[in-house]
Amino acid sequence: MAAFLLRRLIQGGLVVLGVTFTVFVVTRIFGNPVDLMLPLSASPEQRAAFASELGLDRPLPVQFVQFAGELLRFDFGESTWQRRPAMEVVLERLPNSLLLIGAGLGLAIVLSLPAGILAAQRPGGILDRIVTGLSLVGLSMPQFWVGLLLIVLFAVTIPLLPTSGMGSPAHLVLPAVTLALVPFARLTLLVRSQMMEELNKPYIRTALARGLPHRRVLVGHALRNALIPFLTLAGWELVLALAGYTVVVETVFAWPGMGLVAIQALQRGDLFLVQAIVYVVAVLIVLVNILLDLVFKLVDPRIGLG
Amino acid sequence: MTGEPLLSVADLRVVFPTRAGIVRAVNDVSLAVSPGETLGIVGESGSGKSVTAQAVLGLLPLPGRVVGGEILWRGKPFQAHGAGVRGKEIACIFQDPMQSLNPLMTIGAQLVETLRHHARLGRRAARDRAAELLAEVALSAPARRLDQYPHELSGGILQRVMLAMALACEPRLIIADEPTTALDVTIQAEILALLSRLQRERGLAILLITHDLGIVAGLCHRVAVMYAGRIVETGEVDALFARPAHPYTQGLLRATPTLEAQSERLVSIPGAPPALLVPPAGCPFRTRCPIAARPCETLPDPARTETGMVVCWRAGEAAWADIPR
Ligand SMILES: Nc1ncnc2c1ncn2[C@@H]1O[C@H](COP(=O)(O)OP(=O)(O)O)[C@@H](O)[C@H]1O
Ligand SMILES: [Mg+2]
Repeated sequence: MAAFLLRRLIQGGLVVLGVTFTVFVVTRIFGNPVDLMLPLSASPEQRAAFASELGLDRPLPVQFVQFAGELLRFDFGESTWQRRPAMEVVLERLPNSLLLIGAGLGLAIVLSLPAGILAAQRPGGILDRIVTGLSLVGLSMPQFWVGLLLIVLFAVTIPLLPTSGMGSPAHLVLPAVTLALVPFARLTLLVRSQMMEELNKPYIRTALARGLPHRRVLVGHALRNALIPFLTLAGWELVLALAGYTVVVETVFAWPGMGLVAIQALQRGDLFLVQAIVYVVAVLIVLVNILLDLVFKLVDPRIGLG
Repeated sequence: MTGEPLLSVADLRVVFPTRAGIVRAVNDVSLAVSPGETLGIVGESGSGKSVTAQAVLGLLPLPGRVVGGEILWRGKPFQAHGAGVRGKEIACIFQDPMQSLNPLMTIGAQLVETLRHHARLGRRAARDRAAELLAEVALSAPARRLDQYPHELSGGILQRVMLAMALACEPRLIIADEPTTALDVTIQAEILALLSRLQRERGLAILLITHDLGIVAGLCHRVAVMYAGRIVETGEVDALFARPAHPYTQGLLRATPTLEAQSERLVSIPGAPPALLVPPAGCPFRTRCPIAARPCETLPDPARTETGMVVCWRAGEAAWADIPR
């Protein structure tokens, strides 16, 4: 177990290093950071001064060693846009994003399980058709449109909920619901098909033949076996959200999360802020994957810690 | 073997309404199993043996439905007994032991779950009882097996575990649906020996479903021969094997190796069973029967035989001339 964790942490570290290196290469070699960060009107002298201030006039290998060293010291440089340490900006926004993602995906997970299980009880039955139909509709609706629809319904027509910013739990409702819709639909369809598959397996028949109550067989046996694919997809939804999938919701509801700040940093050519964001997201994604592997191992004894 | 039957099934009909039409899987099946008795149901694949068992257990797969007849347990319908007959007084084991256990739970956890559901046992007591049950089905190192997962064990061992699981319910009847079909021949013999030992020791009734007449000969007291969802002949095993009355039974016997006749050429029955979607009118076997005649176009009435009954207009005639029995 400890060996497994150590191995996965080293692997994760390598992934993060790779991501960092890619960011470095893309920004220093394929683009010119000075051009990105200074206004068009800057004079050649100003450019040269800025470049030497940041160490951008030195050879690339030296730059990379310096860059990696700064990262190790958790120094991500100054945000040129906000005029303060880039990591400070990121750490300020990160909790907002995690709150939104936690609420949205939590909602999707909690609702998709019963919906999928109910649908699987009678394939082709009324309930199954309703659940499947709604899921497909949910999947096909553009997120910004859903967001606007919810605003019109629950803030304009029935003035019930705030539409932008954050501050109270009520502010979280519409963004979380909007974010939840697509993952909910995908997870529900998966639970449904996985449960149908499991319920048709012989071990379910024997569990019932042993006289175990239906509900116990459903949850303790079938659902448990459907859990690995479910967690895989849920983990994927989480990674997707962390990787910036929340940006549409953040924009529509003016939610001050990381997605929004990432877009703004890109637009303003705030290289150091972009780097810090990418770095933090990469670390989070690596951690999510390690956590998932551990959970898989807990759920299924056949999975080795390889 | 006398007295009131434990299980009696009368005129059972099961259908599967499908897109293509109504599949009539079980038609007018009647049978009875008494305490201490082993009844065999034998027939080719697709003849409705498993569906009959599933109907008895109340575990018909969708869209299967019982549309006629009655199933009585100790003289009363299941509803009159309340919950807990199926899965308690009736236990069962199935064809594929590898697929029949939850892959995510240890053998012990599944045994304990079953035991605790049926008897108010504490965790420790249930675990001890589970180990006892594994010892009873002749597994070595039972305490260690409790912590193993199904994928760590072989088919033969798992089928013993399934038997232990069945015994955990303290059943009066065990329904065994092709319990050895998926196993090696030597393991088959061990499982069958175990089954008959448990029956003697506990006075169990067994409903043994198989396509193998050799197994019937070794284990059963009575046998029912099924064809196309119908029982075509019943009788005590010795009498039925000595003087099979139905051409189908004769054909099955002709295709089964026996101790005396091992070197003889085995001939299977030519042709295939009819589709149950559109069963032929009259005797269902007439399309493959070498002695089918005019009267066979209507369904024969059941006729008494020495120890059972037969459903054939030409019962008792030798159907297969090449190897007289
Ligand atoms: N789930 C199902 N859907 C439709 N038809 C079925 C289903 N299960 C069984 N049947 C029908 O019932 C017939 C008998 O099946 P079964 O009892 O499993 O045969 P066997 O004698 O080999 O155990 C099959 O030939 C098939 O036509
Ligand atoms: Mg079968």
